[in-house]
Amino acid sequence: MKRANRIITVLIFIFLYIPMVVLVVASFNTGKDITQFSGFTLRQYQRLFQDRSLLGLLGNSLLVSILASLIATVFGTLSAVGIHNLNPKLRKVAMTLTDIPMTNPDIVTGVSLSLLFVFVGTKMLGQRNSLTFWTLLIAHITFNLPYVILNVMPKLKQMDASLTDAAMDLGCTPLQAFFQVTLHEIMPGVVSGAIMAFTMSLDDFVISYFVTGLDFITLPVEIYSYTKKPIQPKIYAMFTLLFLLIFVLMTAMNLIQLAADKKKVAARGK
Amino acid sequence: MKKTKSVLLSAPYLAWMVVFTLVPLGVVAYYALTDPATGVFTLGNLRNLGMYLPVLWNSIAYSLVSAFICLLLGYPVAYYIAHCRQTAQKFLYMLVMLPMCMSFLLRTLAWVGLLQDTGIINTMLAKIGLPRLRLIRTPAAVVLGMVYNYLPYMILPLYATLMKIDRRLIEAAEDLGCTPVQTFCKVVFPLSMPGILSGMTMVFVPAVSTFYISQKLGGTDTVLIGDVIERQFKQGNNPNLGAALSLVLMLLVFVCTGIMNRFGGGEEEVVV
Repeated sequence: MKRANRIITVLIFIFLYIPMVVLVVASFNTGKDITQFSGFTLRQYQRLFQDRSLLGLLGNSLLVSILASLIATVFGTLSAVGIHNLNPKLRKVAMTLTDIPMTNPDIVTGVSLSLLFVFVGTKMLGQRNSLTFWTLLIAHITFNLPYVILNVMPKLKQMDASLTDAAMDLGCTPLQAFFQVTLHEIMPGVVSGAIMAFTMSLDDFVISYFVTGLDFITLPVEIYSYTKKPIQPKIYAMFTLLFLLIFVLMTAMNLIQLAADKKKVAARGK
Repeated sequence: MKKTKSVLLSAPYLAWMVVFTLVPLGVVAYYALTDPATGVFTLGNLRNLGMYLPVLWNSIAYSLVSAFICLLLGYPVAYYIAHCRQTAQKFLYMLVMLPMCMSFLLRTLAWVGLLQDTGIINTMLAKIGLPRLRLIRTPAAVVLGMVYNYLPYMILPLYATLMKIDRRLIEAAEDLGCTPVQTFCKVVFPLSMPGILSGMTMVFVPAVSTFYISQKLGGTDTVLIGDVIERQFKQGNNPNLGAALSLVLMLLVFVCTGIMNRFGGGEEEVVV
């Protein structure tokens, strides 16, 4: 049974990684066709770094996702503290509101926000072009907020409420108590919420596609337009570099965590 | 005193979520109930929905099939990871998550390269003297795309519940004379039900609303509801009909997740 499981697991991992291998191999291909490997070259990487417009699109994506996840993290963490202290009835309302963007399909979220922006922009403000960088940013903050809230709330629940009371008894102002005690306790939730929000934002295509105008385009929206025009092999080079970056980051995070766990075990052993 | 003050912190959030999630849904309803040309109240868009019933049925069928395949493929993987050593668990968990962080558009395009009539698989088949197969633009290709893209959403919640199962329960079952199959059917499987249901929901919702997968891997007979909505907004320019279709899709997802939650006892968790 265990052996059969291992074989299935290996096969599934091969299945999950085959398309990525195809893209990585294509980034070293001399030819343009993804289906035929005609020779090894690093030219695509050179072309990638010379392509201002492509790097600009990556910059756009990074700008939106960094801004949106930062704002959502600060805003979400403070809101979570507020929600945590609400009475049960209102808390339920808040959590239901939080669930809406989580359970709604992305396409519905995208369509509904785009209709709102167009409705307010063209019908109420008389703008000709109502979809801009700002609408994109608002949309990203909106779908990032629940990730932060849902990561921070459990940490607040786990936290011993008397800790803040103790801090205030010892002379902390509520603000000091928050920054020195509460924030310290909920930090793991804040960090994982921020990371999740950032990755969701960076890779989001569906919602961005509906709420962005022609004057501010992110990388995934541009890649989607390759349905009509042929894909440039430089994109594969970019994919490979991003893959490497994320792989290294994730491995590093794992190793750091493992080291921390070992230290804890060692400390307990003493 | 601090409590009453900090409650105020939730007010901007509540306002934000009302303005940017509830109000937009109201705007969708407004568009769904007005005429595209004149802007007056009409039920015409809703009446037109009947035409799209086959498409809706298609979407439900494809995503249910995909969710079940994900369950069949994902269960052994999640089970295997949950029974590895700590270090291996962390590493394998990371390997499941990693594809989710990479552009799903490009990964789907890679499948186009693999499945095309002159693609990698067919070229290989031709080299060893086998006939070429028609792989792309088939229903199977769409299901493959869904399974491929959303399998991690099944594995992660399954892993989370399987890991939490108390090993002593399994040992007890074995001590009391259960065969491994019996132990699995009577102990492990029922206890993993919350993970199964949340995995099914997490695969079903994005699958039923996708348009990219069916556009790239599907053909004319595999049009899904997401495709139709996308076309109304981006090509057909009938946002009112698109709004009505979005409402239907939302309702469908709402009902489905409601059913799943009822079976799962309403316990929801954030995974990852």
